[in-house]
Amino acid sequence: MKGNEAIAHAAIRYGADGYFGYPITPQSEILETLEELMPWETTGMVVLQAESEVAAINMVYGGASTGKAVFTSSSSPGVSLKQEGISYIAAGELPALIINVMRGGPGLGTIHPSQSDYFQATKGGGHGDYHLIVLAPASVQEMADFVGLGFDLAFKYRTPAMILADGIVGQMMEKVVLPPARPRRTDEEIARQCPWAVTGRAASRRHPNVETTLELDDERMEQNNLRFQRTYREIEANEVRFEEYYTDDAEYLMVAFGSIARICLKAIEDARERGMKIGLIRPITLWPFPKGQIEKLSRKVKGVLTVEINAGQMVEDVRLAVEGRVPVYHYGRMGGIVPNPQEVLDAFISHFPETARQ
Amino acid sequence: MTIEEIKQNGTVVACKPRLLNDNNMHYCPGCSHGVVHRILAEIIDEMHLDDNIIGVAPVGCAVFAYNYIDIDWIEAAHGRAPAVATAAHRLNPDRVVFTYQGDGDLAAIGTAEAIHAANRGENITIIFINNGIYGMTGGQMAPTTLEGMKTSTTPYGRRVDLNGYPLKISDLFAQLDGTCYVTRQSVHTPAAVRKAKKAIAQAFRNSIEKRGTSVIEIVSTCNSGWKMSAAQSNKWMEENMFPHYPMGDLKNTVK
Amino acid sequence: MPKVRGAVDINKERCKGCDLCVVACPCDVLSLQPKEVNDRGYHFAFTVEPDKCIGCAACATVCPDGCITVYRAVEK
Repeated sequence: MKGNEAIAHAAIRYGADGYFGYPITPQSEILETLEELMPWETTGMVVLQAESEVAAINMVYGGASTGKAVFTSSSSPGVSLKQEGISYIAAGELPALIINVMRGGPGLGTIHPSQSDYFQATKGGGHGDYHLIVLAPASVQEMADFVGLGFDLAFKYRTPAMILADGIVGQMMEKVVLPPARPRRTDEEIARQCPWAVTGRAASRRHPNVETTLELDDERMEQNNLRFQRTYREIEANEVRFEEYYTDDAEYLMVAFGSIARICLKAIEDARERGMKIGLIRPITLWPFPKGQIEKLSRKVKGVLTVEINAGQMVEDVRLAVEGRVPVYHYGRMGGIVPNPQEVLDAFISHFPETARQ
Repeated sequence: MTIEEIKQNGTVVACKPRLLNDNNMHYCPGCSHGVVHRILAEIIDEMHLDDNIIGVAPVGCAVFAYNYIDIDWIEAAHGRAPAVATAAHRLNPDRVVFTYQGDGDLAAIGTAEAIHAANRGENITIIFINNGIYGMTGGQMAPTTLEGMKTSTTPYGRRVDLNGYPLKISDLFAQLDGTCYVTRQSVHTPAAVRKAKKAIAQAFRNSIEKRGTSVIEIVSTCNSGWKMSAAQSNKWMEENMFPHYPMGDLKNTVK
Repeated sequence: MPKVRGAVDINKERCKGCDLCVVACPCDVLSLQPKEVNDRGYHFAFTVEPDKCIGCAACATVCPDGCITVYRAVEK
């Protein structure tokens, strides 16, 4: 099935309580598949086509405030519209899942694939000091798997998580093993697991629960921010995820996330047949970024190339990890163009011509 | 009977409602918000809803509504309360969910969310405080500001050629198939307060019975923004606001 | 003939002296303190003519801050 469809199936099987979305290419299959599957008849999951991305993310804010597992999806221009709500969800310390199936920008841009929302996803996106846990799937299987992972991390740390997919992973079809189906949590389980949830049961609880992001007392607002930062440090310590290929004997390193990592892997395998010892690191969490592993690898390789479907965004984080020990270059295409393995290898050789002479 | 004997032996016919807590409300002296908060607290108690209700607070003067009425609340982003309430109710269909919004929140930045929630017939109650001005930010023009009315952003009076017309958004709500009850009330006299209270109670009953969206507009005063005393504001409201925003039901399908 | 009598208690620290109860009272029972202020600096409401109160609760009904308790008793 398509990556977008896998997300819809995985969410129902995870026991998600609600989805709120607005159509935009190339991710509309998520909403379409959910409407077709009618989970409200089976698990009781709510599916609603909102009047806008702004409304949809605020529905997520409202649903998450009541302790429910809720999510939304969109593509780049729509995710820009959601940024206000995402900032509120982060400030409200609410668990929620946001899916961005990226297309090329800026502006209305193109409906074709891109990875140009890396900055927006990993550096905050909306206003204020906050982070999202950002998961970058490279296969339809990961599209399905990261729904559950994203929700679990969001609830564990009470912070929103984002699946940052590109249009390729959203649209391509692969075999996928869907996660086992499990029931939605009961109201009693929610009240127990989320004692902060605004369930409307103030009298039973003997105190009101209030979900607010406003704090006009400066000391307390700073304390709130310090608490958010402690959570982010904890996530950085525990949740970095990445995959490595051929790094054991690598003399050079490529860094790529999402679908382009698969193209890089093909380029590297071709290069290895020619005796060029290149390794690949594929960050799975873009935030927290696997800077420790990249730093470690940068001590043994001669150079690094990041390959992204953008003008060079993740390369900045790679350079921060490498700290100037070896040269770090970027190769990317824009406008919805996805480079093929030969182009990637040509770019690599143009930056590191010594490898071709070996 | 002495006054002390009346207090000792008489019945209490009015007092601060149980759910209105002891926090001093930040509203200016004489602000209509206080009256509406008080009657909301009374209704929630009288209808035994305090274990079954979620309020959604706006951005504007009522942003701190959650500090005063002891029920569960969600503080929404500016204008987004009806979207927040939509999800809160759909995911918790047994709860009574209401939004409490001012004219800027509901009729300017949040027009889309309000109209579409009402058009979907969400089983929620929208309480809409219309005082024709932005109170919290210091008295700027609202969509409901009357023609000729002076505000800090219309210092020579609102001109329709520049600023458009005062928006009768409740008339729009009444046109939507999703609304079951749209009424315009005020809280400036004892009789008006009693009628407004009945209207809100009716709206909550509509929500419980899942009849669609109820909208209670309360034409209100902002004496700080209007730059007059509370009593003068009430008089000004009667003379100027009521002709443009007439009192009474605009729609009631639940008679 | 039985006569309805009323009495009011005003939470003077909660009162903001907005004057709405004074205007609403049909029997001129209430007034604002001309000089004295509460801890927050407001000229709070008080019963200037307590014996005139009929316990109609108009004052409490329009009070924005829930400051007023009204008692009613029938005098035989």
